[in-house]
Amino acid sequence: MLAISIEALIKIALLVGGLMTGAAYFVLLERWIAAWVQDRKGPNRVGIPLTKIKLFGLGQPLADGLKFIFKEEATPRHVDKVLFTLAPISILAAALAIYAVIPFGSVLPKDGVPGVDHQINLIVAPGIDVGMIYMFALSSIAVYGVILGGWASNSKYSLLGGLRSSAQLIAYELPMGLAIVGVVLMTGSMRLEEVIGVQASTGTWFAFSQPLGFVIFVVASFAEAARLPFDLPEAEQELVGGYHTEYAGMRLIMYLIAEFLHMITASFLIAILFLGGWHFWGITGGSSTDVTWFQAIARIVVLNVKIFAIIVFFMLARWSWPRFRFDQLMSLAWKVMLPLGLVNLVAVACLVEYQPVLESKLGSLGITAAMWAIAFVAWIAAGILAPLHSDNSARKDNFVLDAERRNRGLRPGIAGPSATGPY
Amino acid sequence: MKPDDAQVNWVEEPKLGLTGKMYLPLIFSGLAVTTKHLFGPKMTVSFPEQRPEIGNPLIYRGVHRLNKDEQGRVKCVACFLCATACPAHCIDIIAAPSPWPDRDKYCESFTIDELRCIFCGMCEEACPVDAVELTSLFDLTGRSREEMIFDKEKLLSVYDMTKDAEPMKSRVMGASP
Ligand code: SF4
Ligand code: SF4
Repeated sequence: MLAISIEALIKIALLVGGLMTGAAYFVLLERWIAAWVQDRKGPNRVGIPLTKIKLFGLGQPLADGLKFIFKEEATPRHVDKVLFTLAPISILAAALAIYAVIPFGSVLPKDGVPGVDHQINLIVAPGIDVGMIYMFALSSIAVYGVILGGWASNSKYSLLGGLRSSAQLIAYELPMGLAIVGVVLMTGSMRLEEVIGVQASTGTWFAFSQPLGFVIFVVASFAEAARLPFDLPEAEQELVGGYHTEYAGMRLIMYLIAEFLHMITASFLIAILFLGGWHFWGITGGSSTDVTWFQAIARIVVLNVKIFAIIVFFMLARWSWPRFRFDQLMSLAWKVMLPLGLVNLVAVACLVEYQPVLESKLGSLGITAAMWAIAFVAWIAAGILAPLHSDNSARKDNFVLDAERRNRGLRPGIAGPSATGPY
Repeated sequence: MKPDDAQVNWVEEPKLGLTGKMYLPLIFSGLAVTTKHLFGPKMTVSFPEQRPEIGNPLIYRGVHRLNKDEQGRVKCVACFLCATACPAHCIDIIAAPSPWPDRDKYCESFTIDELRCIFCGMCEEACPVDAVELTSLFDLTGRSREEMIFDKEKLLSVYDMTKDAEPMKSRVMGASP
């Protein structure tokens, strides 16, 4: 018992330490990528304090952190003090607690560690059968942190940010759930280790066998992590800072860390659910738990490289596409992502149900091809039918109609050919 | 504005084609642009170590200087045109009868408050004898407000400092000496 708790504590310490450092350095990476995309050099001055060694600006996160710690912890007078403090704590706690069920590697070799009589699983709580539900539940708690913060701030911008994020996160939880159900159907387990195991033993990542589910999951993860183009809860240009407008100092940094953790979690999930987790052909071996030290370390490295690549993609995406308008965001969730998710789910369910028949008729390659074909057809249908591209540009016929309505003493801007869009 | 006004030129946004409606192709083209810039050349100048290049020092508007003529005398004839033209009212001149026979007045004191100055160059435009000019020194700093109020000596010393790098504009641009 004692050994197990010590083992768990060591894992937690490693994970929390790694995540916090990771979050700090991802802030630097984010600033670098932002700068490079805009043809700037980015932070490259802060190195070792009191020396002239610059180290490409790697000291920047330390300086940022110190700045936050020494900032005045301003609490505006009009806020609800208890909730105002509780909100960032709850969001950070939830963001960290998710990592209890997320594997950060595979296993260590049997008898690899002296003094431990069992094989060490690189996951804080191994063998939790409701892993995915737990993870889903906790990621929903993030909404509470955001809404609480927005509500307790007692400011219109914060409240609007909180409201937006509640609507957004709830809307995107559905397509995300549908994409996850597809994965669960294929693996038959809710354990993330098991999901990786299945992908490793078949050698087919779910991104290949369920392309539609993959795209839906990636889009929904962007929305869940509130990253651009879905960063409406904190749209600086519209809402000052969104739900954390009134925050400063340590409480603000808790929010910011939680936001980065959400992004890291999303990358973990994309990597684990759809990109094979620690699996890479030829390096990491199959799903067997009988690993050498080389394989164990290779698995950790592969997983981390995947996560890093996804995070870089997240950061590049931020500068590639403009933010959605709120109605576009909602219609994307309900009118495009949800139907597509259902299509994917039905396809996967049929596949799982009739696997033996289909396999004998089409072969496993044929099944994958069929999934891709379904994905393409569904995507094209969604593109043509769905109102993703609402037209709100100034058009002459609209303008004429407006003028007529004004002449008749009516309110302008309601009717008109292009104003009768989906909204 | 009437909708059928002939002056109004209605330009309508082109409608999205099929690839546009598919959304993903546009997403990837956006990503391609950002990726290209990620590795592209950078515009930033690492300032203290690396000085930015000033396109044409003759038309740059930095710190002022008071020009001297061939005999080393201040060129200013205390006409107050620059002080009148200055929108920030930061030029202060005290005129005195000139000790030299070729002009009536000269400036006994000439101060420019560089903190109030907006570096618009109006003084330079107004001066009939090209006595006040703006140099290309841009990194002007000081530790107190007093230090940033440039008097005649300081402005003349700026001329001595910059006269080799930046010849007097009137001569370069072909005006009377
Ligand atoms: S540059 Fe403009 S503001 Fe400055 S002293 Fe000359 S006229 Fe005044
Ligand atoms: S600097 Fe030129 S404009 Fe100003 S007082 Fe002297 S001569 Fe006149």
